[in-house]
Formats: sequence, C-alpha cells, structure tokens
Amino acid sequence: MVLFVIFCPIIAAMLIMAGATARKTALVASVSTFAAALFLLFSFDQGQSDFQHVTSLTISPEWHLSFTTGIDGLSLVMILLAATVTLAAVCFTGTVEKYENAFYACLLFISGGAIGAFSSIDLFFFYAFHELALIPTFLLIGIWGSGNRVAAAWKITIYLAIGSFILLLGLILLYQSFPASARSFDIRALKATAELDQIGADAQRHVYLLLLIGFGILISLFPFHTWAPEAYASAPAPAAMLHAGVLKKFGLYGLLRLAIPLLPEGARYWATLLVVLLLGNIIYVGLVTIAQKRLDWMLGYSSVMHMGYILLGIASATILSTTGAIALMFAHGLSIALLFGLAGELRKRTGTLVFDELGGLAKVMPFAGLAFGLGVFAAIGLPGFANFAGEIMIFFGAFKNGWEMNRFHSFQIATVLALWGVVISTVYMLRAYRRTFMGALSERWKEIVDLRLSLRIPIAILVGALLCYGFFPQSFVRIVTPAFRTYLATNKR
Amino acid sequence: MTMITAPDLEIAVLVLGIAILLIEAFATKIDKRVLAFVAMAGLAVVLIASFFVAPSPISQQATGFWSFYTADGLSIFFKKFSLLTTIFVLILMIDYAPVLRSSFPGATPQAGVGEFFALPIFTCVGLMYLVSAIDFVFIFVSLELVTISFYVLVSFTRRNPLTLEAGAKYLVLSALSTAFLVYGIAWIFGVTGQTNLQRIAEVIANPATDHGAAMLGMVLVLVALGFKIAAVPFQIWVPDVYQGAPTPVTAYLSVGSKAAGFVVLLRVLEPFLALRQTQRLIVVVTLLTLIYGNLAALPQANLKRLLAYSSIAHAGYLLIGVACFDVSAIGFYLVAYLLMTLLSFAVLIIVAQQTGEQIDDFDGLAKRSPFLAFAMVIGMVSLAGVPFTAGFLGKFFIFYAALAQHQTMLVVIGVLTVGCGFYYYLKVIRAMYWQSSAKVEKIPVNGLSRLAISTLIIATIWLGVYPQPILDALKR
Repeated sequence: MVLFVIFCPIIAAMLIMAGATARKTALVASVSTFAAALFLLFSFDQGQSDFQHVTSLTISPEWHLSFTTGIDGLSLVMILLAATVTLAAVCFTGTVEKYENAFYACLLFISGGAIGAFSSIDLFFFYAFHELALIPTFLLIGIWGSGNRVAAAWKITIYLAIGSFILLLGLILLYQSFPASARSFDIRALKATAELDQIGADAQRHVYLLLLIGFGILISLFPFHTWAPEAYASAPAPAAMLHAGVLKKFGLYGLLRLAIPLLPEGARYWATLLVVLLLGNIIYVGLVTIAQKRLDWMLGYSSVMHMGYILLGIASATILSTTGAIALMFAHGLSIALLFGLAGELRKRTGTLVFDELGGLAKVMPFAGLAFGLGVFAAIGLPGFANFAGEIMIFFGAFKNGWEMNRFHSFQIATVLALWGVVISTVYMLRAYRRTFMGALSERWKEIVDLRLSLRIPIAILVGALLCYGFFPQSFVRIVTPAFRTYLATNKR
Repeated sequence: MTMITAPDLEIAVLVLGIAILLIEAFATKIDKRVLAFVAMAGLAVVLIASFFVAPSPISQQATGFWSFYTADGLSIFFKKFSLLTTIFVLILMIDYAPVLRSSFPGATPQAGVGEFFALPIFTCVGLMYLVSAIDFVFIFVSLELVTISFYVLVSFTRRNPLTLEAGAKYLVLSALSTAFLVYGIAWIFGVTGQTNLQRIAEVIANPATDHGAAMLGMVLVLVALGFKIAAVPFQIWVPDVYQGAPTPVTAYLSVGSKAAGFVVLLRVLEPFLALRQTQRLIVVVTLLTLIYGNLAALPQANLKRLLAYSSIAHAGYLLIGVACFDVSAIGFYLVAYLLMTLLSFAVLIIVAQQTGEQIDDFDGLAKRSPFLAFAMVIGMVSLAGVPFTAGFLGKFFIFYAALAQHQTMLVVIGVLTVGCGFYYYLKVIRAMYWQSSAKVEKIPVNGLSRLAISTLIIATIWLGVYPQPILDALKR
C-alpha cells in the first residue's frame, strides 16, 4: 500500500507525459492517493513504535543499500498531509494555457517525490526522492510563474541544489561516522547503533552542523530564507501550495527523523545556535512580513516565519514539543496551502495582489472570504484549529525544555519571544484579511464571481481536517508519540 | 571451448578497420552508410566476445609481450567501454553524414564518408591498447595511435574555417604534449632505468633513488596527460577544438579520449603515490580544474562550447577521484559521463542540423520534438547531478571517497561548483521549455537514433537507481 501511495502520482505523471488526458488522470491519481493514505491511517497500528507495512528490495549489498519503504506515526502524518495538499493543488489547477500535460506531470512528480521521501526508510532514497522535486519546481515557476519568475526560478533552484548537496555531504559523513561494521543506509539499523552510543561527540557535532545547514536551507531557516518568499510569490498557486505546504516540511521531517535520534550530542551542542536562528525566523521575518505590500509576498514570508515555531519544537526535544512540531507541520501545511490556493484564485480574477488595489472582495466572493478568513484564523493559531494544538504543545514543551533544565535558560527566553511572534502574525494576517476582503469594493471588481463548486470541495477538505485535528488533537498525538518515545530514548541518559 | 584472450579483441578490431577501408576502396557503388552498419555489427561482436575474456591480474614476472600489456579487470572493463563508445559514436556519425557533403563541394555525394566511418575503428583500437598498457613505451605508442586518428577526424570538414582552426590547434598542441610525455619518460627512465610501471614502482620505493629527478619526470608526464583529460592549466585547446570539430568527433574526444586518459593517469600515478608531493599536486590541479571549468561554462551561449567547458568541469570531479585514488568511483563516473554526454551530443547533432548549435536554437524544442527535449532534459539533469540519474551516483561516489579521506577543500569547492553546474545545464532546459520560437515545424528523428537515444535515457536512469552491475564489473 505504501508503494502504491508513492508510485501512483509518479506513474500518473509519466502517463500524462506520454499523452494521457492531463486533468482527468491527475484527478484520478490524486483522489486514489488520498484514499490510499486514508486507508493507511485506518489500518495503522497505533500501539506500535516500529515501522509498519515495510517492503524492501536490495540494491547494493556491499553498501547496505536497499529500497526500503514503510511508515511509522511520523511518516504517516506527513503522507496524509502530502496526499491532502496534492488533491487540493490538483483541484486548484483548472485549465492551464500552455503545456497543460507538463504542468500536471510536474505537480504529480513533486507530490510523488515528497511522499517517497516521507516513507523511505533508506537514507539514500530518502534523499533522492526529495530531489525529484527540484527540476519540476524550476519548470513550474519558470514556465507558468508570474512577476519576476525568471529570477525566482533560478534563485530557488540553485539555492536548493547547493543546500541539498550540503545535505548530501552531511548524510555521507553521517554514514561514515558509524563504525565500519555498522554502516548501513537503513535508518532503523543506524538508530539501533546510535543507541549504543557509537558515534563520537566530535563527529556528531560536525555532522549535525552540516545537516542543520543542509536541511536549514530547505526549510528556509533564517538567514537562508531569502529564496522562499520570492519563489512562492512568483510560483503558480498549485506549485506554491505543494512546495510551501509539503516539500518544505521535508527538512523538518529530516531533522526529526535523523538529527534528533542519531545525533543527540550534536543537537545539544548546537541548540543555542539553532534557537538564535529560529528567533530570527520568528521575530525578524515576522516584522518583515508586516511590511509587505502584496498578498503573495506576505504569505511567502509568513510561511518562512512559521518555520520558526516548528524548529523551536524540534530544538527543545521533549516528547510534547516534538509532537507539537509534527502537529504544526501538518496544520501549517494545510493552512498555507489553503491561503496560497485562494490567493491564486484572487490573482486569476483580479490580476493583482497588491493590497492597495484590493478591498471589499468579500461582497462579491463571500465563500472565498469565509474560507480565507478561516485560513487566516488557522494560521494565527486560534483555538479550534490544528495550528493552535501544535503551537500550544510546542510552547509548553519548549518552556519545559528537554535538554538541560538548570543551565542557560535559552529555551524559556525563546518561548517568551516566540509568543510575541503570535502577536506579530495576528497583526499581518488580520491586516491582510481586512485589506483584501473588507472595506469598500472598487468599481473594477464588481463583476467578479465566487469560487465554483469544484474548488469548494478541496477547501472543505482542508478546513475540515484543520478543525478535526484542532478539536481532537488526541487522535493525532496517539499516532505520533509511540515513535517519539523511542526516538528520544537516546537523549535520556 | 577455447577461451578468447584479451589481445585477440584488439586484433579483431584492427582487422575490422582494415576490412572497412578495403571495402571502401573497392566497392565504390555501395551506399557508404552500409560501412557504418558493418563496423557497428563488427564492434558489437567484439563487445560480446569481450564478456568471455577472463581477466588476469598483473604478474610480477611477466616477460615479453605481457610486460607491456595487461588484461586485468580494469583494462577489460575499459575495453568494453571503448567499444561501446565507438558504436554510439558511429550511430551519431550516420546522423551527421549529410553535413560532410557541404565540406566536399563538387565531389560525389558520398565522398569522404567511408573514411569518416573507418577512422573511429582505429581510434578504438588505440583506446583498447591504451587501457591495457603498463609500459611507458607501449603507452606512448597507443596514445599516438589514438591521437593521430583524431588529427584526421577533428579536421575532417576542413572547408569550414572553424574546423580548420580546430584541426590546427589540436595538431600543434597535441604534438607539444607528446613532446612533454617523451621528455618525462626520458627523465623517469634516466632515474630508474626502467619503462615498465611495476619495476619503476619498485625502484622508486627504494630510498636511495633520486626522487627529485623522478618527480620532474612524473610532472612532465602529468602535463601530457593533463592535456588529454583537459585538466587546467592544459585546457586552453578544449573549447575551440570541441566547437570546431565535427560533432560526433567532439563526443568521441570528450568521452573516449578522456576515459583512456584517466586510466593511464591511474596506472602512471600508482608508482609515484609513495611520494607525498604527488597528491598535493593533484589536489591543486583538481581545484583549478573545478573552478575554471565551471565558472567559464557559465556565460557560454553555444551549446557545443558549453559542453566543452562542462567536459573540463567533469574532468575536475574525476580528478577528485584520482586524488583519492578511488578506482571504482572513477570508473563509475566515467560510465555515467559516457551515457549522459553521448545523450546530449546525440540530441545536439539532430537539432543542430535543423536550427543551429546555439542555446537559443533550442528555443521551443519541447513543442517541436517532445522526445528530443525530454532526452536533453535527462542528459542535462544527469550532467548536473540530480538523483535517480547516473550522474548523481557518480558524484555521490566521488564525494564519498573524498570525505572518507578528509579532503575537505576538494569537497567544499566541489559542492560550490555543482551549484554553478545547475545554472548552466538548466539554461538549456529553460530554452527548450520556457522560450518560444518562431519555428514550429516538427524535427524528424530516424529509427536508429530514436533507438540509441532511448537506450541512453533508460541506461542513465537505470544506473541512477541500480549501480550494482557496474560496481561489480569494476571490482573484478
């Protein structure tokens, strides 16, 4: 079943390139991926902390390299997110003016790559699947983008290419830092060895730093974030939904999957640095977001800012805060996809996203206004939405602080400052909502029509999922914590 | 069943080459393309035969012919490599043959085509001997066989002034590098009294040997080999020659000549590894090659010239492997390089006949021929190093070797230059998909080229996912 979820989008993409009807094939593929992901959710054994549904195919015995896939709570959540956002992105695409087939194929490649990365147990494929998205992203922004699309496409592609090669170095060094007899690309085997304390402290520090930079570039960790807002502002809406909603989570997922369980000493050593950088994300980028004059740029910056909270959860490494981080990853993915999708629809109708030219659109687009409002509330972290559940767990977990209770109180300070970040995000989100949907409606926009039914369904799914996990976060926590309990075992000496 | 021995392969190819020339001379009425098909079939038979050759390790007491020639696993592997390259180059040449006509005005339409198909076979023999050579004299002779047949091939379309310039530059600089080679061999022979690499190694291991003089000889040999593999600062000829030469010959130069150069480099360096300066020298050359090749490729607007600079850049990555002396990483990288370079050149030859060699001429190719555009995308992303292509695994093994040996500087520069690579390779993809072009008529692709290109695409992706067959072949 896991293999089906990975290869359904990829095979559909290939069929589309070979000439199948683009929209129909993409819809069928994304609906069946979504259904299969739901099936995985319901057949998932919550009590177990190991990987489930494992399939393996040996590639190279001498390198201990094999194509192994399987899911635990962590990857299940990410697969659900990817499948949901893919479905929404395909629905939001509609008709494409040129190279329609290529557009859908690119979307499905990104989605299949992300799902593949989330469900790979093998380090090599974990990395390689993520890279599958690189070229499609370049094409999506370059061919179908708007605004300064050429510069944006180059920037994101080269930035991410260098980032992922730094990450590759980190992964190779990680592999080499294990004693020769225990080297393997299998994450389970690596974890078993790491628990026996076999990686030297020095090696851990070096490898962790490389992983932090490599993943950090992919996450848009401050100060490596400059590619993100421009790319998201220029990208066509479905591409921005998938990239900001799903693909960017790969870096966070990687830190949770590799850096925390395998390199606890490295994580402890660099914790202060990470805290400083993530405060850069929350405070500095937050203030920059307030200054934005266009909706697409504002959403791009806000997605960078929210990475800070998730990183805070990961950095402090308590079960509560990492669970919160996963919850927020899920919630943020859905809410930012919703907002980018709606912004794309607005751009289609009005041709501009400059705040000064918009206003009062809720009068002609009541449904879009409602949906955007819900998305804004979710992004701020209003209770009732999954974002709130995630943020509250992160703040409590970080304040309690997993690493060292008595020493430097960097996590407590960070939590206090990060809470101010909530205020910042309230300011820019509500302002954006007011200037877009409230106020006087300009003459030019009188003729605009509201969203059609085929878009209301994906919006309903996104909002529904946000509310569902907002009110019942427990169902979420139950999936994730068994995995984390063993993950953080190495930290508790 | 009698086993085939390694030297039989070269003799078979040599006989094939002479036969083709004779048929060309006496059977004047036939369509000359038949010659290419005969040559390809013959090479394919030899390629199959090479799988039945059992490799034998280099022995210390070898005398006579076997003190010149080895049939170890590495050499057998690269014999197959040379044969395969030549077969693909011949396919490219069939596509290119119409262009030759313009270079022989007034003559019959088929003038010159026969030799064009026969010469690569002799080059192939040279390459096959070269990868087996373990004696400086034999290295010199087989290198000359390769180089002299390239002299003719590079300047084949001599009415084109660019080609003429390329031919002259290649001739002069190649001769100069040969002079360096001979001079270096003379120094080494003077110090050690030997030309066989094994025996040289024994003498150098002796502390009483004059290491300074041996080093000088080694550096001179390195200069000559640096010329073959296009390492900085011996790369000046590369862009002009690659751009001016007939395109299949460019492909052949950049794959065959380079691969053989690296095999010889590995063999020649082995005795000198005991000297610490050797590795330092290689590291410096590597850094220069990486930086120059990648930076100079950035502004190129002519695709052939771009591929020339990219070939310098790839020499840099291969040299990282040499600095770490990881034979299987180099071997794998060369195979990946073979696939992706031939793929790019195959597309270039077909498109260039319709439009031109500039990157602008690829504008809107995705509309005119989705197949060619897709093939070019695979070629370019593999050259850039995107996972699930052979090019990525090549870089992976190289960087793995470098990290295992703590060559931090090489790794840092390597990663930064990979970033440059993404820019100039993706420029081609951008032209094909983003830009629109005034021309809209379809570009035809004949059956054989379609088959060859599909094979290369599949092989590039296959090796990117499942590298084990090549690794196994290299281990033997």
